[in-house]
Amino acid sequence: MSVLTLTIEGRDVAGQTGHTILQVARENGIAIPTLCHLQGLSDVGACRLCVVEVEGQRKLFPACVTTIDEGMKVTVNSERLAAHRRRIVELLFTERNHICSVCVADRNCELQDLAVEVGLTHFDLPLLSPQAVVDATHERFGIDHNRCVLCTRCVRVCDEIEGAHTWDVMGRGTEARLITDMGIPWGDSNTCTSCGKCVQVCPTGALFEKGRSVAEARRRRPYLPYLVAHEGRTR
Amino acid sequence: MTEAGTPTPARRRRQESLIPAGPVRASAHVCMAAGCLSMQADTVFDSLCERVTARGLTDVAVKRVGCLGLCAAGPLVAVPEMGRMYDHVAAGDDAALDGVVDGLAGGEGGRQTATDPFFSHQVKVVLEHCGQIDPERVEDYVAVGGYESLTKAVTTMTPAEVLGEVSRSGIRGRGGAGYPTGLKWTTVAKTDSPQGKYVVCNGDEGDPGAFMDRSVLESSPQQVLEGMAIAGYAVGANHGYVYVRAEYPLAVKRLTTAIRQAEHAGLLGPRIADTSFGFDVEIRIGAGAFVCGEETALIASIEGGRGTPRPRPPYPAASGLWGKPTLINNVETLASIPAIIGRGAEWYSAIGSGKSLGTKVFALAGSVVNTGLIEVPLGLTLREIVFDIGGGLPGGGKFKAVQTGGPSGGCMPESLLDMSVDYESLAQAGSIMGSGGMIVMDDGTCMVDVAKFFMDFCREESCGKCVPCRVGTTQMYHLLDRITRGLASRDELGELESLAGMVRDTSLCGLGQGSPNPVVSTLRYFRDEYMAHIDDHVCPAGVCKMEPREAALAAGEVAP
Amino acid sequence: MTVAAAAPPASPPRDDKRWRQVDVRIRRLGARPDALIEVLHTVQEVFGYLDDDALSYVSEALGVPPSRVLGVATFYSHFVRKPQGEHTCVVCMGTACYINGAGAILSRIHDTLGIDAGGTTPDGQISLLRARCLGACSMAPAVVIDDEVHGRLSPDGVQQMLEAL
Repeated sequence: MSVLTLTIEGRDVAGQTGHTILQVARENGIAIPTLCHLQGLSDVGACRLCVVEVEGQRKLFPACVTTIDEGMKVTVNSERLAAHRRRIVELLFTERNHICSVCVADRNCELQDLAVEVGLTHFDLPLLSPQAVVDATHERFGIDHNRCVLCTRCVRVCDEIEGAHTWDVMGRGTEARLITDMGIPWGDSNTCTSCGKCVQVCPTGALFEKGRSVAEARRRRPYLPYLVAHEGRTR
Repeated sequence: MTEAGTPTPARRRRQESLIPAGPVRASAHVCMAAGCLSMQADTVFDSLCERVTARGLTDVAVKRVGCLGLCAAGPLVAVPEMGRMYDHVAAGDDAALDGVVDGLAGGEGGRQTATDPFFSHQVKVVLEHCGQIDPERVEDYVAVGGYESLTKAVTTMTPAEVLGEVSRSGIRGRGGAGYPTGLKWTTVAKTDSPQGKYVVCNGDEGDPGAFMDRSVLESSPQQVLEGMAIAGYAVGANHGYVYVRAEYPLAVKRLTTAIRQAEHAGLLGPRIADTSFGFDVEIRIGAGAFVCGEETALIASIEGGRGTPRPRPPYPAASGLWGKPTLINNVETLASIPAIIGRGAEWYSAIGSGKSLGTKVFALAGSVVNTGLIEVPLGLTLREIVFDIGGGLPGGGKFKAVQTGGPSGGCMPESLLDMSVDYESLAQAGSIMGSGGMIVMDDGTCMVDVAKFFMDFCREESCGKCVPCRVGTTQMYHLLDRITRGLASRDELGELESLAGMVRDTSLCGLGQGSPNPVVSTLRYFRDEYMAHIDDHVCPAGVCKMEPREAALAAGEVAP
Repeated sequence: MTVAAAAPPASPPRDDKRWRQVDVRIRRLGARPDALIEVLHTVQEVFGYLDDDALSYVSEALGVPPSRVLGVATFYSHFVRKPQGEHTCVVCMGTACYINGAGAILSRIHDTLGIDAGGTTPDGQISLLRARCLGACSMAPAVVIDDEVHGRLSPDGVQQMLEAL
């Protein structure tokens, strides 16, 4: 394993072969917005919020899965990137029904934080307002599909950490939905171990603990210390 | 096997060609590709067999062959010995059927393929054997020199020499982006993998308006298998997969037969041509997802999962199927390989122009007289393809645009008709080569409606993994829908353009990145049509139904 | 994955001889998880559609988690989860067919049979499907009725053919 040097946002930084731009940036205190990424889980590069510019390349690169190269010059913040990120967050807000004032995750929501971070003050695009359902059949947890952003953190934590693979995604495009087992109510699932990891990793109010009302959801991330111990996996 | 002289009433459908035992003086090639089959070509075949036997023509063959190209005029029957093609040989049309048999017996009639502009402008490399051989008889393929290139490669060339030949030929991927094939092969060859490597033939031809892969697989499946085996030898792979769309059952059937026959004949399998090189091929059938044409999604699908793409790198050449180095090439690319190895890189690179060498198969469709499958040297102009080969628009219709590249492509206006058709020119004009669909549109087509059609396609085919493609294409579709209903404002057009740039820049895979192209290209060349919908609430082509302004205002659907 | 590949052999959901065809296919493919799509193809060929019982059986037999099986079955448009009508009518909506009036064919079927793409007539006779592109562009607009491709059709022509079924 060798050390590579590169510049991120004009700063000279160093990282190890195989490390991602995101890892190296964060080690050096340079912020890159992310949503589907969660330290310890495999990366899917799906939310596209972490896209960065690499000098000499026309394409944009997702920082979470792009490994560093010697001499790479990375731009994290530019007008183009800021506009794209604002759009992505706007698309997420318009896709389903995100009404913060009635959400359990209000003020504890990564989507809300992102909106502040990228400076999203209003929507130019119409709300798609799908008819999504709430499944409250599980005795301790619930899922409100209206709040789901399809980041698939729950699918990954359930498969990669808990080993249950209760969650997956069905359908495609905007019809895609999270499912438990054969699309049965969560409470009827016989693969679910009720470990609650999915609830802890959910960035929005989609997965919640029962008995919490508006703005009461608290994520207990330290509850998952072993996730962090996996840091360094880049697949 | 001969049945000559003993008239057999063909009550039961003949499944095999009629081949006389002795020398063949003339042969009727009956097109059995999907197009002609849908016009009862199998009945035509039966009738011709009956007539030939009834006339006692003992030195005449009647063959079931693959695509003859001129699908517009099917059912087609060719008599290559006489250089003739008979069109519209409909089942039950006694005059037409007798015409063919007269021709076989030495009479006149039919089109002269040497002078007919549809045929004379074409150069056939990929389609060389299409329509010449019975796709369900490996003997036919071998008889026209099939598998000689594979034997030549494995017995007289090193893998490095094969790589060099392919690189020097200048061939580029025929499935879309035009990545240099030699470079791709070399990368896979260089990657060490003690656990093996794979060759995957991408036959998930999903571009609406493209059917060349289908025709090649249906008409000359052995050629594709031979190309795969040569690729396997060059890159060090012993196992191949052909991924074919479920929508192409005939291609699947013929490919299955071809693999069985090739294995039986020792042309595939262990120890090819008595060397230590072995190569086998399996078929995987797609299940209806356009995105599976993207190589990482294709891999996910072969592995039995949801066909969602993943970020590249790592490229499949480094880590593909089951994490092993994998070479993925399109059907047409692989079908070109036997000719390149057989005749040499110099011969191949002498065809074409600039950085786009060799030939390309195009599927001509839409408002054009000669719809069908053509193969031309790269670098011909759009005008030559649409008007000389395609015969122009039917009924003197007025040319408006030609769409190339499917849902990731663009619409070329009349002013670009003299543009050379090569990778660079198309990209510059805002389109792509894609898999080679060319759809000619006349002035009865609304370009905004066409853009909406493609956006609807991308929206429905989006796998849903990345946000820009999943939600971005849906929002773009809604904006286009509003324009075609006369409800959109100029601000909304601005939103559409801004979204187009963002979806192109940030989407995960080529499907998302290319999805704005139809919108961007129609905005570039046909902006006035968009403005007519927005400012004047009129669809110039008369396709879109405009909603009454007053009602929309009352419903709050438009800003006052 | 929770479902161990070495689980005892799953039993078919119904006492139906046709399951033997599926079992043979599963055995031939070595009951590997990556054979999922192949096996789903076989189940649909044999039974005409994929219901939840069948999916559960495939899940157990291949050792693939149920949510993954459903995820795959709903990703691909070729797989259907409801029984199809006695006859199927597939209208191609590829580019060439679209600009040559495939939309008019769909609306004619809607007007005469009262079904949209994906629907089946109440008497279970005809199912209407849309295809992305059949590769029959040179004969646009194309329609496949019970596996037979028909080209250059008008709404009237399609209506006549459907009435003759």
